Amino acid sequence: MASMKVHITFPEEKIKDPVIYQIGKEYNVITNIRKADVTEKTGWVDLELTGDPKEIERAVQGLKNKGVIVDPIERNIIE
Amino acid sequence: MAKIKGLICRECKKEYPAEPLHVCEFCFGPLEVNYNYDEIKKSISREKISKGPASLWRYIDLLPVAGEGSVGLHAGFTPMVQARNLGAAIGLDELYLKNDTVNHPTLSFKDRVVAVALTRAKEFGFDTVACASTGNLANAVSAQAAQARLKCYVFIPSDLESAKILGNLIYKPTVVAVDGNYDDVNRLCSEIASEYNWAFVNINIRPYYAEGSKTLAYETAEQLGWRSPDHVVVPIASGSLLTKIWKGLKEMEMLGLIDNVKTVVNGAQPEGCSPVAMAYKEKRDFIKPVKPKTIAKSLAIGNPADGYYALKTVKESGGAIEMVTDREIVEGIKLLAETEGIFAETAGGVTVAVLRKLAKQGLIKKKGLAVAYITGHGLKTQEAVADSVDIPVRIEPNLTSFEKNLNMSSKKGK
Repeated sequence: MASMKVHITFPEEKIKDPVIYQIGKEYNVITNIRKADVTEKTGWVDLELTGDPKEIERAVQGLKNKGVIVDPIERNIIE
Repeated sequence: MAKIKGLICRECKKEYPAEPLHVCEFCFGPLEVNYNYDEIKKSISREKISKGPASLWRYIDLLPVAGEGSVGLHAGFTPMVQARNLGAAIGLDELYLKNDTVNHPTLSFKDRVVAVALTRAKEFGFDTVACASTGNLANAVSAQAAQARLKCYVFIPSDLESAKILGNLIYKPTVVAVDGNYDDVNRLCSEIASEYNWAFVNINIRPYYAEGSKTLAYETAEQLGWRSPDHVVVPIASGSLLTKIWKGLKEMEMLGLIDNVKTVVNGAQPEGCSPVAMAYKEKRDFIKPVKPKTIAKSLAIGNPADGYYALKTVKESGGAIEMVTDREIVEGIKLLAETEGIFAETAGGVTVAVLRKLAKQGLIKKKGLAVAYITGHGLKTQEAVADSVDIPVRIEPNLTSFEKNLNMSSKKGK
């Protein structure tokens, strides 16, 4: 089992979509929200994904396909 | 280490040992160094600092290393320039520039943070250091790792311009050009940092690395005669530099090295990558990531790790965050060069252009003591100004041609 910490940002048009629930249903990963700030217009969630590394990879791509921004927990590393 | 208690989560305040860690396991907040200020207070003084080396290591009592500084021994303690000409041009009576264009060894403020990061990495016993960078950070890590005899990996997007790669390759690190876009490279580096036992300077060593920026604040206060400025203008990329300048000034106040800090901290971003400036403008307290499109590549961080904290610091100090266009950035670079003889990279252009804007808006007062941070040398980003400088006056090799083309007349015989 591997795990990955990601920071997800929701654009306004995606704020009502239950994307974390959907990811847990569509891929074989455990989703664990560790911190979040979501308002009616936008928001972010710090999420831990646990599972097989390949499945985590697919889940991350799945999140991106749903229109949310996925970054590592460190945000932008390239300086 | 008596001066350090360990690491502490900036959010939930959970404490950790002083190890290569950077994220709180409980709330995923960033970790920072937890100092034992009572212990530090016993030995630190202006006199002791003044007798220290002419480098950032004169502030070693406030840096997160166990022993002596062992890397970057000439980094820091750069000139504090009283900018009378630039001040006159933009209407400020007491303007100073902290000139990190001449930082050693790679001509940017990154030499500071890397000196601290690699000294700490050696103390941890790492034999390999790494970073992900398209510019100044890679230069600083590559050069200082070469001197420290550490193995070095630099990760870059594969489409980076060759001139920028050359500046790293000369120090003989392993440069890894990753096929894929910015986000792909970014995520790969996060994964590599968690898989390999390397000192990834701005990931697992970040709590120590970031502290190096505080030395800009210490030097500012010392070089101004042990006082804090009324205003500072700081470029924002990850946001770390701005927060650490504020932290450095507050530490000096707490330790009795300077009196009341009433410094107003202002931030500067390019319009093409302004996630923190936009949050400030829209009165938001969170950062919306952006896709950077600016000539100020060293500030092009679309989802900055410390953006939230930079925003908080600016608000807390009563400052402002402004943004400037690419054209204004070039004007800023030229204005600085033409008035003070300092050639800054694009980030310096952003800082000067924002300084001018804030002065014009009256947010920096004419009589106040202002300091602007010029963080990198212009030779690194010559392409940004290549099309906007004059061309040479071309003449034939005789006096007549010289006088004709330059509208001169020789005094001799006239």
